Amino acid sequence: MSPSSSAEAVPGAVPAPDEHHEHHPSYLVDGTTVKSWLLTLDHKRIGVMYLIWVLLFFLIGGTYALVVRLELLTPGPTIIDAMTYNRAFTMHGVVMIFLFMIPAIPGAFGNFMLPLMLGAKDVAFPRLNLLSLYLLLIGAVIAIWGMINGGMDTGWTFYTPYSTHTTTTVAPILFGAFIIGFSSIATGLNFIVTTHTMRAPGITWFKMPLFVWAMYATACIQVLATPVLGLVLLLVVGEQLFHFGIFDPARGGDPVLFQHLFWFYSHPAVYIMVLPSFGVMSEIVAAFSRKNIFGYRAVAFSSLGIAFVGFFAWGHHMFVSGQSTFNAGVFAVLTMLVGVFTAIKVFNWVGTVYKGAVDFKTPFAYFCGFLYFTVFGGMTGVAFATASLDVPWHDTYFVVAHFHFIMVGATIMAFMAAIHYWFPKMFGKMYHEGWGLVSAALIILGFNATFIPQFLLGNAGMPRRYYEYPERFQTLNVASTAGASLLALGFIVSAIYLVYALVYGEKAAANPWNSKGYEWLTESPPPTHNFVGPQPIYTEEPHFYVDPQKAEEPHAV
Amino acid sequence: MNELLNKLLFLPEQASTFAERVDNLHYFVVSVTMLSSFVTGTAALYFFFRYRRRSDHQTTEYVIPSVKTEFLFVSLPLVFFLAWFVIGFRDFVFVQTPPKNAMDVYVMGKQWMWKFSYPEGPNGVNVLHVPANRPVRLLITSRDVLHSFFVPAFRIKMDAVPGRYTQTWFEATKPGTYQILCTEYCGLSHSKMLGEVVVLSEEEWDAWAKEQRKGSLQNRQDALADLSLEPEPARMADQGQKVAAEVGCFKCHTVNGEPHIGPTFQGMYGRTETLQDGTSLRVDEAYITQSMMDPGAHLVTGFPNVMPTFQGKLTGPQTAAIVEYIKTLRTPDIRTGASQGPVYEPIQ
Repeated sequence: MSPSSSAEAVPGAVPAPDEHHEHHPSYLVDGTTVKSWLLTLDHKRIGVMYLIWVLLFFLIGGTYALVVRLELLTPGPTIIDAMTYNRAFTMHGVVMIFLFMIPAIPGAFGNFMLPLMLGAKDVAFPRLNLLSLYLLLIGAVIAIWGMINGGMDTGWTFYTPYSTHTTTTVAPILFGAFIIGFSSIATGLNFIVTTHTMRAPGITWFKMPLFVWAMYATACIQVLATPVLGLVLLLVVGEQLFHFGIFDPARGGDPVLFQHLFWFYSHPAVYIMVLPSFGVMSEIVAAFSRKNIFGYRAVAFSSLGIAFVGFFAWGHHMFVSGQSTFNAGVFAVLTMLVGVFTAIKVFNWVGTVYKGAVDFKTPFAYFCGFLYFTVFGGMTGVAFATASLDVPWHDTYFVVAHFHFIMVGATIMAFMAAIHYWFPKMFGKMYHEGWGLVSAALIILGFNATFIPQFLLGNAGMPRRYYEYPERFQTLNVASTAGASLLALGFIVSAIYLVYALVYGEKAAANPWNSKGYEWLTESPPPTHNFVGPQPIYTEEPHFYVDPQKAEEPHAV
Repeated sequence: MNELLNKLLFLPEQASTFAERVDNLHYFVVSVTMLSSFVTGTAALYFFFRYRRRSDHQTTEYVIPSVKTEFLFVSLPLVFFLAWFVIGFRDFVFVQTPPKNAMDVYVMGKQWMWKFSYPEGPNGVNVLHVPANRPVRLLITSRDVLHSFFVPAFRIKMDAVPGRYTQTWFEATKPGTYQILCTEYCGLSHSKMLGEVVVLSEEEWDAWAKEQRKGSLQNRQDALADLSLEPEPARMADQGQKVAAEVGCFKCHTVNGEPHIGPTFQGMYGRTETLQDGTSLRVDEAYITQSMMDPGAHLVTGFPNVMPTFQGKLTGPQTAAIVEYIKTLRTPDIRTGASQGPVYEPIQ
């Protein structure tokens, strides 16, 4: 990897001369006390703190995942008892979803990149931004306190009446998730207002980077859907502690009502997790193909489309809950539309590579993995929406494999790609490209080896959340556990060389990828107020690599 | 071909009429998924290679999709997905609609076992006997938390929801024993909530049913003077009548067709009622259950909202018995064949 300086490739942003540096230190060294970090209002520092925390949560969630996989190595009890197992898979889900996947990309990279991409000095509400980080941490502390003091065994879906009858500690964990919801709403609100009001002159709606479009669509879902989750979690706590009777049939309640309310948030929440990764990938495929995005508007609008129809698809989680056949048909069709919007994105990403100039670096390797997980995971999603196929697959390992492919696979690919792509921007250092490719290969292979056997387990009829299973399912479970070990190894490798790069890494050039993404129009790492000297002038759309000498009519295919 | 794909995809054997239908769609969907992943992947790989970067400052052409391309991008997935939907929804309607001549079995999930009862009398736990090649309708409920009744070989699954009845059906195609699993997480021993369906051939079924009847006879030998008299089997409906009398249903509901404070039970099952909000609905198990648990939910025109709830006052089996009792008071033209099943000695 040879980071080449390319001042001429970044019109507008003139890297400041050396003596300038002393007046405009990078955000990393502008104040070095603990307080200057903990009480910072700088979106970049908040982004970095988010990154550190979500990585810690990822470690916790991942450890639970390995415990679960190890337990499933043999049909009977292996390393833990049934109750511990039930708590482990619940906490794996709760931690990974609420503390990792939902906040990861918006919290860490959204916070860091959104203002840079909009040519703004910060987000619209810096204090609210800091508050949303601390709300996440308060929620996490309460939830983890609950995990240590009793734990919960309901599964992350908290289905009533089990969740209101279980003797485990449900209330603190639900309350933690409730507080985390406020963090999510605050972040979303901040991003919406920032996008509307803080775009630099020249950045029109259709010149916004696609990552901003994706974050904007995500933020709309966060603001509109999260309150429903907050409400339903409070109702469950009330039901358990004060016996409200809203979901308990013994008191005239309806357990299926809970499922409707829960999925009304939790289905759109899937898009809170994957839309940011779609945004990251749009940036990366353009940067490493040196191409404008093929069908920019189609990609931008399909994000909004997914956000919109995502609200009307929740019923596909209830095909076998006794809801009416007609409802099932309506929800089936509406769910298909999500697949169509995703397909538009996939085709346009592949189209972006067409006639590009592909540089196969680590982020691009993750893009390849992402493309495959999205196509395969997305197609299995539509297969699920096909009502009759859902009947045998529902609540089996096929579901587990499917959502790990699309929701987790896509998010992890994008998260890892984002770390590598923006590492020089955030920390001013370069990671080792060779190790980057090795760990990307390990992670992608490990992921496949973990979850492809689970698709087959689902076909064979193994239900999810099983502590013990009939012997005929063992071979595939062993394969899946072996894959999980490979996956863990991949993450360990990347953790090692990334930490190494942070300390000993080669100093990165301002724009090591020669990218024409807007965030590269400033120094790496950026100064506290994002830009030194006059603001960059935004005359071209992001990722415009056409040679001005040879500028011609757009070539349509 | 079917055998091969079945093996390749690790699918269990096909032992019901629905299994064959759903698997055919499964093969189609898997093929399309594989093929499109392959095409997209190959195109991407080809582009990665063909358009690899040659120099550090290479520029690119400004390529945008034409309307034709955009149209292709939208219509191609849409056509496939809609095709899946049409076939899938047709099959879903099939599995959601039990045939009229189906034999009824009540299923109750309970932490952590399955209880089965036939309208003619209660049966045991965790083993469901059914005849082959005859449609069987399952009326499923739960007495505690959510469960889900799943028979992989039949490809059927339906949640057991406390406080209501859900239904599904199957027609087993070959005799044998098939596993029942619970697929909705229900607590500590969720994974041990296993059962089996024993599918008997027509002759075996008759013999088995007769055996049940004989046992029933022997138990009553002392009480009966004349063994040639076929004793009346203990029926779920009879218990329902008893329970209905005990809890006071007949204070408001008649069984002779006369409307009283509430609608008559006579012919209620299967009747289409006009509701006070102007809509109408057909009285089925779910409606009768709901009317016991939440009487005000769907009021029939002309009757006051005075019925108390029986939520928590009736157990699952009692509710099932009352439903079964009301079903016996139907007018004969509603269903072509009465529910049939073996005769059992009640477990009391």
